[in-house]
This record gives sequence, structure tokens and C-alpha cells, in this order.
Amino acid sequence: MRFLFKTSYAQDIRLARHGGDVATYAALGAALLAAPWVLEDYGLAQLTFVLIYGVIGLGLMLLAGYTGQFSLGHAAFVGVGAYAQGALTNAGWPFPLALAAAGVLAAAVGVVVAVPALRLKGIYLGIATLAFGFIVEEGLARWESVTGGNAGMHVKAPAMFGWVLDSAGSFYGLCLGVAVAATLGCLNLLRSPTGRAFVAVRDSEVSAQSLGIHLARTKTLAFAIASALAGVGGALYAHKLRFISPDQFNILQSIDLLLMIVIGGLGSVHGAFLGAIFLITMPQLIAAAKDVLPEAVAQAPGLQGLVYGLVLIGFVLFEPQGLYGRWLKVRTWFELFPFYRRGMFRRGKSFQKSERLR
Amino acid sequence: MTATPAGEPLLEVRDLSVRFGGVLAVNGVGFEVRRGEVFTLIGPNGAGKTTVFNLISRLYTPTTGELRFEGTDLGACAPHEIARLGIARTFQNIELFEHASVLQNLLIGRHGHRRTGFWQELFFTPAVRRAEEATREQVERVIELLDLQHHRESTVAGLPYGVRKVVELARALCTEPRLLLLDEPSSGLNVEETDDMAFWIDDIRRELGVTVLMVEHDMALVSRVSDRVLAMSQGEVLALGTPAEVQAHPGVVEAYLGAAADVAGLRRPRP
Repeated sequence: MRFLFKTSYAQDIRLARHGGDVATYAALGAALLAAPWVLEDYGLAQLTFVLIYGVIGLGLMLLAGYTGQFSLGHAAFVGVGAYAQGALTNAGWPFPLALAAAGVLAAAVGVVVAVPALRLKGIYLGIATLAFGFIVEEGLARWESVTGGNAGMHVKAPAMFGWVLDSAGSFYGLCLGVAVAATLGCLNLLRSPTGRAFVAVRDSEVSAQSLGIHLARTKTLAFAIASALAGVGGALYAHKLRFISPDQFNILQSIDLLLMIVIGGLGSVHGAFLGAIFLITMPQLIAAAKDVLPEAVAQAPGLQGLVYGLVLIGFVLFEPQGLYGRWLKVRTWFELFPFYRRGMFRRGKSFQKSERLR
Repeated sequence: MTATPAGEPLLEVRDLSVRFGGVLAVNGVGFEVRRGEVFTLIGPNGAGKTTVFNLISRLYTPTTGELRFEGTDLGACAPHEIARLGIARTFQNIELFEHASVLQNLLIGRHGHRRTGFWQELFFTPAVRRAEEATREQVERVIELLDLQHHRESTVAGLPYGVRKVVELARALCTEPRLLLLDEPSSGLNVEETDDMAFWIDDIRRELGVTVLMVEHDMALVSRVSDRVLAMSQGEVLALGTPAEVQAHPGVVEAYLGAAADVAGLRRPRP
């Protein structure tokens, strides 16, 4: 068991809480760096997808998990980033510039979506973002001169300054770098006033406002960051698949993204990556299970949807904190062994809130 | 910033009215809160006390009337600008950030004093680090003042009601206000907690020099801490004066208990 003695305020500001954290993340970093030499191609591709979805999930986590604004059209931002990257790369832009442009363009679209979002809440915001998702998908299909329409678009391998990253290993390294940078950026924001303003807007708009937080600006910023990260993730996705078409960014993809962060654990940065691991490994697990299941079940259409649905319901009922919440409990169990009690993580009674002022 | 000397009006409310559809919730209310005093609004339920608070914090816009704080017209301010002027408030039924720790709640209270920008924070530059440490130091002072050390790391959602009231007060103090609006600070508190609250309100006024405007029902607390009391009923001012004067005012007694004639009417006729 570890006791933390705090002797300076800097200790609460630091990213790692103690030496154990440093060791854990160093080991994780080393493992990720070693992956191209250890894993075979298939495993490396899966890991690359986990990183890409993790970056997208980070943004959605900031938006939904920390600021409390749900986006049901998040795949649209991914699509904007992917197509921007595809078009610019094919036009000969170097990778870093194209990536930055994809992020900025997606962020700009996010700001536009934030305008109605400032007036909408809960389910209505969901419907507005859903509609936006359809508009973008339709736009990508119709704007044939740029996007190639429903026939799709081929995207070249990322290249910068005479160096083409066309091997699985080098592209993986690129994704790892982007994912680490995005994670550090998010963590930095979350430990500074911006991140606290997000949490304040999520938990009580009225008191956030009375403490001097500009609601509109904060929500717009959350949308901009979330869509920028979605755009960057989309850009990497486009390079990874080398081929994009509008139906890759439809409503089902948006729901997958939302599912990812809910199952990962809303309101935790870990949750974005845990959710990404879930989203990538689940189809494999289902495929593996098909071999042992009876023929009639294994061949039934919609098996994957059914499993996803059941898992989601299970998490909402039994572990609303998601995979990260489960992990926290397991870790606490080991830390406190043998003193862990069942009720330790039970929520206290929520008291009545004052009548909403709007 | 114009510093007003003690005794001068800090907040001036003139002819304030607000209408919600057919309901005139506040009707021609006017008063002045002087620097350094504890000024209490009392009145039966629905008198419009909280509405006055919401008008001052700009959650509502007055239909007519004027609000001036240190000479600044509050009507021209957006709701999020009120904190920066030096006005902080608590809410009747507690509006804390439920899923954040007490410490985070108090740190959010310092948002108005933020000096760093988004890009600096994204890279967590040394300037941000210094600002964060300074912010924490300010918050720790409030934690010490209100004895919240034990709850610093707890999530608000799990705290007992009495502690949440104190956390909300602490959060308001973190903004370093010159005027503190307390909406029923003692509601839901037991006798001891109410006693502590009275002590703290006194402390806040004396040691921090913060002017307090509060809505309160507990007359013992009101008499103990207030300098002046304004009684309201049905959106209008009934009486203004010291706690004793207001309690003795016939209009106030009538608003709370009904007129003597009404009481007589309720009596069963003697056979």
C-alpha cells in the first residue's frame, strides 16, 4: 500500500502522481516503441487503429465527457479531416502541413456547429449534430470534383520533405507521435483553467456563469478542440486505409465513436484509449467466437450489433464509469488488499438541485 | 476600480421591477447596500427575494429599474462579467460541480482571475505553472479559513449537505468578492452548523471586509449578523431598518402571520 505525503502544490500539478506512475508509463511507452519490431503486420495495423481512434476519442471525451456536450455526428468531423488530408496530400502538400490544415479545417467546421449548440441541450443537441452528420455525409458524396463522390478517393502515403512513410512501421511511429502529443495537450488543458471551465459547464451552467466563465466561448472551444482532434484522427485514418468513401463517415461510425468513449469511461483520458482498444478488438473477438458458436447463431446477421448493444447496456447498468472505472476498482483492490470494501465506490446521495434557471 | 469608503453605498438598487408574463415578481424595489455591512432580505415564500438575487447576478434582466455596483451599471454587463466586477453568490439549493473534487470546485472559483491563455495552457508553459501555484495558494487560504482541509480531495457528490453549503461559500470567497450574495445560507443546516455559518459570515465581514447581502429565513441568524434588514412581500418593499425594527413592524407581522382580523375570522364562534 502506498501513502502519498504531499509537501508542495507542485505535486498536485504534476502529471504523474508518484514514482510508480512514472515507471508504469515508461514501461507502456517502451512497449509501444518496441511494437514495430515485436508485432507482426496484422497486430501492428490493429495497434495503429487503436491510436487513431484514441486520438478521435480524446476529442470526443473532452466534448462529451468533460464539457457535457454530446455529438451524434462526430464521424462527420473525422470525414472532413480525412477528405482534407486526402485532397491536400494528393495535391502534393507535405504531411505535417496537410495534417495541420485538416485539423484546422475540421475545427472551423466544429465552430460552425457550435453556434446552434450554444442554444441547445441534451437530446436536442444530439439531434442537431445528427443532422449535421447527415449533411456532411451527403456533401462528401455530392461534391464529386473534390471528393470523388460515392466512388471514393485514393489517398497517397504520407510524405514529407522527400521522405515517404509507406511502411507499416514508420506510419505506426507517426500515429504514436500524434497520439502522444494529443494526449499531453489534453492533459495540460485539463489541469489548467480551460479544462476546469469545461468541467464547470458540464456540471452546472448557472454557477459556471456566475463564477465568470463565458459559456458560449467555452462550449465553442470544446467543439473546436474535439473536431480538430477528430480531423487529425481522420487524416491519419485516410492514410492508413489509403482509400476513403462517404459511407465510412456515416451515422453508424458516429455511434461507434460515442459507444467507444462511454464504454471506455466518460470523464477520463484513459477511457478514450481503453474504449479504442474495445472498439478495435471487439470485432476480432466476435469473429473468434463465431468458430465455436452453433451455425445458426454464428451466421445470423447483426450479431455484432447485438453484442455491442448488450455490452453497452451492461456497462450502463453495472459499470457507468466504463472500463476505466472498472480498472480503478481493480487497482484499488490491490492497493488496499485486504481492506477493500464493496461500497467504496458507491456514489453518495445526490441532493436536489435548485430549479434550473433556464 | 473605484474604492468606496465604508458606509458609502456599494450596491444601489433603484425602482427595480421584473415581470414574468402576467406575474410582477419584483415591483419597484429600491435599496442601498453600504460598504462593510451585512444586509438581509427577508419575506415569506414568493416574496421575490431570490429573484432580486438573480437580477443582480444578471441571470434575469430587469423590466425596469437600475442596478449600480460601485458606480457600474450592471444592466450593461453580461452574466459572466459580474464575477469580475467583484460580486459572488451562492445558490438556494446548492449549485456545485458535483463530479469534481472540492479542490477543483474552489479552483474554478478563481476562474475570473485567470491570466493565462489557451495556447499557453496547451503547452503548460512555466507561466501557467506559476499561475497554477499562485491560484492554489489563494484557494488554500480559503480552505483554512473555512476549515475544509479534510474534504479537499473528496468528490462533492459524496459530501453531506452541511459541508456542501460550506464548500459553496468557500467557492464564492475564492473569487475574492467585494459583495457576497448568500441565498439562504442556513437552509438545511442543523443548529450547530447554523451557528458556524453565523460565525463565518461575521468573520467574512470583519476579517475579509466583504459586504454581505443575504436572503435568510432563520430570524435568530438574521438578528445576530445583520446590520440592516429589508422585508419584502409580493415583490414589494414592506420595511427597512435594524433587525429589531423590522421584526416589530406591523406590516411584516401581517405578511407572515396575517392580520388580526383574519385571525379573528378563523376562530370558531363561541356558542
